[in-house]
Amino acid sequence: MTEQLAQLTVKHYKSDQKPIWCPGCGDFAVLACTHRALTNLQLRPENVVIVSGIGCSSRIPYFCKTYGFHTLHGRTLPVATGVKLVNPDLTVLAMAGDGDLFSIGAGHMPHAAARNVSITCVCMNNQIYGLTKGQTSPTSVKGHTTKSTPYGSISQPMKPVLLALAYGATFVARGYSSKTHQLADLIAQGIKHKGFAFIEVNSPCTEFNNTYDLLDTMVEELPKDWDTRDRAGAMALASTETKVHLGLFYKEERPAYEEMAKAFEKNVNAFDANAYLARFA
Amino acid sequence: MPKEEIIIRLGGEGGEGVISAGDFFALGSARTGYHLFTFRTYPAEIKGGHAWYHIRVGSKPVLSMGDGTDVLVAFNAEAYNNHIGLLNENGVLIYDPDTVTPTNGNFIKYPIPFNKIAKEDLDFLRGKNVVVTGFLAGLFGLDPSSLEGLIKSRFRRRPELLDQNLKSLYTGYEFSKKIEKADPYYLKPTERVGRLVMNGNDAISAGALLAGCRFFAGYPITPASDILETLAKEFPALGGVCLQAEDEISAIGSVIGASYAGMKAMTATSGPGVSLMTEFMGLSGMAEIPAVIIDAQRAGPATGMPTKLEQGDLNHALYGGHGDFPRIVIAPGSVEDCFYQIINAFNMAEKYQTIAVFLSDQSLSQRTQTMNKPSTAEIAIADRLRPTPEELKDYQRFSITDSGISPMSLPSEEGGMYVAPGLEHDEYGHVEDPMKSRVAMTTKRFRKMEKAQKELEAPPRYGADDAEIGVIGWGSTEGVIREAVEQAVEKGYKVAAIHPKVLCPLPEEEVGRFISSVRRVIVPELNYSGQFAKYLSATFAIKPIRLNKYVGLPFTPGEIFRKIEEVVNND
Repeated sequence: MTEQLAQLTVKHYKSDQKPIWCPGCGDFAVLACTHRALTNLQLRPENVVIVSGIGCSSRIPYFCKTYGFHTLHGRTLPVATGVKLVNPDLTVLAMAGDGDLFSIGAGHMPHAAARNVSITCVCMNNQIYGLTKGQTSPTSVKGHTTKSTPYGSISQPMKPVLLALAYGATFVARGYSSKTHQLADLIAQGIKHKGFAFIEVNSPCTEFNNTYDLLDTMVEELPKDWDTRDRAGAMALASTETKVHLGLFYKEERPAYEEMAKAFEKNVNAFDANAYLARFA
Repeated sequence: MPKEEIIIRLGGEGGEGVISAGDFFALGSARTGYHLFTFRTYPAEIKGGHAWYHIRVGSKPVLSMGDGTDVLVAFNAEAYNNHIGLLNENGVLIYDPDTVTPTNGNFIKYPIPFNKIAKEDLDFLRGKNVVVTGFLAGLFGLDPSSLEGLIKSRFRRRPELLDQNLKSLYTGYEFSKKIEKADPYYLKPTERVGRLVMNGNDAISAGALLAGCRFFAGYPITPASDILETLAKEFPALGGVCLQAEDEISAIGSVIGASYAGMKAMTATSGPGVSLMTEFMGLSGMAEIPAVIIDAQRAGPATGMPTKLEQGDLNHALYGGHGDFPRIVIAPGSVEDCFYQIINAFNMAEKYQTIAVFLSDQSLSQRTQTMNKPSTAEIAIADRLRPTPEELKDYQRFSITDSGISPMSLPSEEGGMYVAPGLEHDEYGHVEDPMKSRVAMTTKRFRKMEKAQKELEAPPRYGADDAEIGVIGWGSTEGVIREAVEQAVEKGYKVAAIHPKVLCPLPEEEVGRFISSVRRVIVPELNYSGQFAKYLSATFAIKPIRLNKYVGLPFTPGEIFRKIEEVVNND
C-alpha cells in the first residue's frame, strides 16, 4: 500500500460543525491553529485523537475531523493517557480549559508530566469560567471581580507555565490566541515532541473576561537567545507578574512513558491460559 | 472413626505469622487432594492487632467456613479468649502454655510450647509459625513433603532463611509424634486430582487475562490491590500495560480511554474507589464504551472497616451515578465463579458496550478455595461489534439498531472518525440538537439491556422440588446458602434456592418464576439495609423475609439454617 496520498489541507481537518463560541473568543484562533499545525505536519486525520474536558474550550473536538473524545470535567489527561498507552502510534492532543486542568482536574497534570506520556496538552486559559457565565477561575488575577467573587478574588492566581515546569514537563510553552503564526508553530512543535508537552494559550473570553487590551500591553517574546534547557531561568520568567512571555520556555529530551512501558509491542507472547493456570495446581 | 473433614482456626497477634502458618497448611492439604475453603481476617494495621485464619478441609467439597471450629490454635491469650466459645464439642485446643492458661472444658487440650521450641531448640523465633504448621501436619496426617515445596517457593528469594524454616517444619512435625493423640481428626492420604487452588483475586486476574484484558489502571486499595500487583507482573510479557494511577478517577479515566482506543480494559478497587469512579460510569453509559470495574467490597461507609467484609455496594453498583444509563452488574459466588464470571463481565461489557461492575468482596477476593481445572478451549470470548466497510462509508457511531448495539470504530480506522460524546447526541455523535435525538438515543441504549436480559443464562434452582420456602442470595454467600439449604432439605424442610450471578439486568423470568413457586422468600445478605431484598421488592412487588448480618464477617451455614427453621416454625 504505497499509494500516493494527496496533500492534506486545512479543510481535511475541519468538521462540518460550526463552533458555538461567542464572537471574538480566543478559542476560534486555537482551533484554527490546531488545524494548521496538523496540516503542517501532514498527519493522517484518523491517526489523531483530540481529547477534551468540559467547558467552552473543550468543545473543540467537535470542530475537528479527527477522532475525538469529549470527556468529563477535569478528566482530559487520564483519558488521553489511556488512549496513548494502548496505541502509541496515535497523535494524542489533550485540549482543555484552565478550570479543567488547574481546578477540578488539577491532580492529573503532575502525574502526566512526571510519567512523560507523549501527549500534547493545550490549556486554553481565559482566566474565567465562561460556560457557567462568569465565575472566578484558578488563574483569575487577584482582586478580579466576578459573579462568584463580588468583592474581588482573594486567592493568588495559579501560573500554568510555572506549574508545568515544576511538575517536570519536558516541553513547556506559552502562546496567545492573537499571535496565530507562533501558536500554530508551538502546537506543531508540541506534537512532534517526544514526551509530555504543555502549551498554555492565553485565549480571552470576550463575554466575561475581555483581556485582549491588557494582554496586548503585557505580552513579550522570550529573549532571542533564550536557552530552552534552562529550567530555573524559565521558572523565574514564568513567575513574572508584569509580563506575559510567549514562546518555548523549556525543552528536554527524556524517554517517553509509552516507550519505557514497552506499550503494546508487537510480536509478544500469546497468553497460554493452561500454563498460567497450572501455577495454581 | 477418623473424621475426614476438619475446621481449623488459628488466632494471634498480627505479624506473628498466623496467616502464613494457616496458609501453608491449607495449600498443603489442597495440593494433597483435599477440598479447601479459607477465610482470613486481619487488622488494618501492618503489625499488631488480632489476626485470624480459618481453614476448612475435607474429602468432599466444602462451600463455606462451616459452623464453629473443630480445632483452635491459640498463639496468645487474646486468641484463646476470642475464639474458645466457637470450639465445637470434643474439639481440640492447641495452645502455648507459656502464654495461654485455659480453663477446663469439653475439649481436648494439647499444650505445645511453640515459643520455647522456636527460641531455645531452634534459636529461630521467627520460625514459630512454621513449627505450628509442621505440628498440625503431623497431628492431622498431612505429608510434610507437600509443605516442603511450599516453603521452598515462599523463601526462594531468602535462601538464608530456608534451612531454618525447613528445620522448623520438621521440628513441629516430629513434636506431634511425641504427644498422645486423643482426637478423631485425621486426613487420610488422597489421590491427587487435577484441581486448582487459588484465591478470588487470583481467579479474577486469570479470567481477565483469558478474556483478553490487556490494559489495567488502578490505585492501591485493600482488598483489591493483588489484582493490580498480579497484572503489573504479567502484562509486560503479554504486551499489555498496567498503570498505577494517581487516584481512582484517573484509573477509570485511563481504562475508558484505553477501551475507546480498542483495548479490553479494567480497573479494580473497593467501595471508596467506586464512589470516585461513579461519574465515569455514566460516561461509559453515554459514550457506549465497554469497561470493567472490579469492586472488592469491604465494610463502609467512608473508610469503614477496610479489612472486613460487607455486601454494602450493591445499591451503588445498581444505581450509582446521575442520570439513566444501562449497566451490567455481576456478582460471583465462589472462587471458581470469579474466573468464569469475570470473563462473562468482559464479554457482556464488550457486547453491550457499557460499564460492567463486578462485585467481589473481602471474603471472596482473599478466600482460597479449590476449583476444577477449567477447559479453557471451550470458553467463549466476545468482542465488540465493529463496522463493516459499507458502514464506514457514511459512518454512524451511534446508529439506531434493533438490538441497540451500534458498530464501534477505533482510532486509526479510516472513515470511522467520530467524537465520543459525554453530551446527548445523534447517530453521528453530533451534539448540536440533543432534544431531537434524546428519546431515540435513550431507548436505543436501554434496548441493549433488553437484549442482554434475553441472552442471560438461567440461574439453576436447587433444593426441594415442592419447596414452600425460597432462599435468594447474591455474591459470595452462594456456598454457605447452599450448605444451609442442603441441611434443611435433609431435615425434611421444603426449601429451595437460586443464586443469580448477573444482577443487572436480572434474569427476571427465572427469578420471578422461582418466587411465584414458593410461599415465602428469604434473602440473606451481609449488610444492614437489605439492598438485594429491596431490589427484589421493587422488581417483583414482594416483601421478602430478610436476614442481615453486618459485623464484618461471613455467614455460617447454621445462621442461615436457623433462619429457615424459624420461618418453617412460624408458618
